[in-house]
Amino acid sequence: MDWDAIALTTRLALSTAGILFLFAVPLAHWIAMTKWRGKTVLEAIIALPLVLPPTVVGFYLLMAMGPNGPFGAVYHELTGGMLPFSFGGILIASIIFNVPFAVRPLVAGFESVDRRLIDMSRTLGNGRLKTFFTVTLPLSWQGLLASLVLTFAHTLGEFGVVLMVGGNIPGTTRTLSIAIYDNVQSMNYAAANRSALVLLGVAFVVMWITTVLGRRRMPV
Amino acid sequence: MIHSILARLARLFLGCAALVLLSTIIVGCGGDARDAADGAATTSPDTAATRHVTVAAASDLKFALDEIVAAFRTVDPSIEVKVSYGSSGNFFSQLSNGAPFDVFLSADIVYPRKLAAAGHADSSSLFHYADGQIVLWAPSGSGVDVKGKGIEALRSPEIGKIAIANPEHAPYGRAAEAAMKSLGVYDAVKDRLVLGENIAQTAQFIESGAADVGIIALSLAMAPSMRDKGTYWPVPLDAYPRLEQGGIILSRAHEPEAAAKLVAYMSGADGRRVLRSYGFIIPGE
Repeated sequence: MDWDAIALTTRLALSTAGILFLFAVPLAHWIAMTKWRGKTVLEAIIALPLVLPPTVVGFYLLMAMGPNGPFGAVYHELTGGMLPFSFGGILIASIIFNVPFAVRPLVAGFESVDRRLIDMSRTLGNGRLKTFFTVTLPLSWQGLLASLVLTFAHTLGEFGVVLMVGGNIPGTTRTLSIAIYDNVQSMNYAAANRSALVLLGVAFVVMWITTVLGRRRMPV
Repeated sequence: MIHSILARLARLFLGCAALVLLSTIIVGCGGDARDAADGAATTSPDTAATRHVTVAAASDLKFALDEIVAAFRTVDPSIEVKVSYGSSGNFFSQLSNGAPFDVFLSADIVYPRKLAAAGHADSSSLFHYADGQIVLWAPSGSGVDVKGKGIEALRSPEIGKIAIANPEHAPYGRAAEAAMKSLGVYDAVKDRLVLGENIAQTAQFIESGAADVGIIALSLAMAPSMRDKGTYWPVPLDAYPRLEQGGIILSRAHEPEAAAKLVAYMSGADGRRVLRSYGFIIPGE
């Protein structure tokens, strides 16, 4: 069993889901609550990675993160390191690529909360923050769960962007799905089969837990 | 009632989320290749002194280099070698963009030369380790008589797809294309070509039956997983430009000394013997 790749993939998926969650909650809450009409444009931008080919995202990210790209130059200045072909690089790529998977379920979750409950909490003298944590958040737990689970599961299976930005470096950027690609190329079908079964199993368990916990419709 | 359960679940859930974040912060995202490699090296008997050499290798080396690396490990257990296989052209562009490899083993010596010219490597570390050969390969039982008919077998109407490596960035693909042109069959077959991303994927295309025949590296045709599954016809060496394979140690190598040891072993008697057994032509022999 390719434990190197399993550990790396788990670390990438947990980090992506965790970090993205921090940014996605306030953003999704704002989108769900605002009456600003331009928000459809923002929502379309957020949804872009759903339809963009991973190679397009990978290409732009590689250019931006490379030593000659604006982002890569600043990063190199600050840390002396390089983003492409490093764990930090594929983490940033996978965060960007997963934005819709994190934000959209959250927006759906927040929108499903009865506005009258929020207004009531405010009239009872609770501040915005207290209302958010004691009313909105607990009532939209399904959206929160779906957001985390989808981001995690989607990162596990991400291939194109990780291959383009990360190369294929054992222990650093060779995730489980890339290890499978490698194993098939070297005709090591037994190893490919083992890794593929792991991903299949995890994907099923994750979706099953989500369905059991959610019962009601999935917010994507 | 229902709401209090939901609220409790939500709190539990937020707790989990907090845990995930905490673990993220602890694990950190700045860990570079070396940290990850150190963490993975727990099986090594002497972790503190283990040095890690990362190699970007052309995929025609897949089986030969695995064998060389395994033998090298018994000679010098303090050095752990990690190899990524791919197409030389892709590695070239990745290395030009700062990919953190110590050694580059290219299927075309032009790429390491260019890296040296661009300042990514010292040209004094450039070495020419072998010349590659290409063969026309067909699975046994396919009915395609590559041994008897040679390249003319490609004209056979039963053949659907012909696999070669992508000539844009795989040296073996360029050799295959050149050979088909110089032997006069290219125009007849060009609409039936399928392109592998590198030569190992090309071999997998025909090994799995997805393509009917293909032009692949002799070193892969001689690999254990393909040897007994098909027949091949060696394409005459004068039908394509010489596949001079060269390697280089990158300037940003973390372990230049250990990398040099690996290179010396590969170019030494033991390494040459393995390369020869996979059908590589050793320079000067």
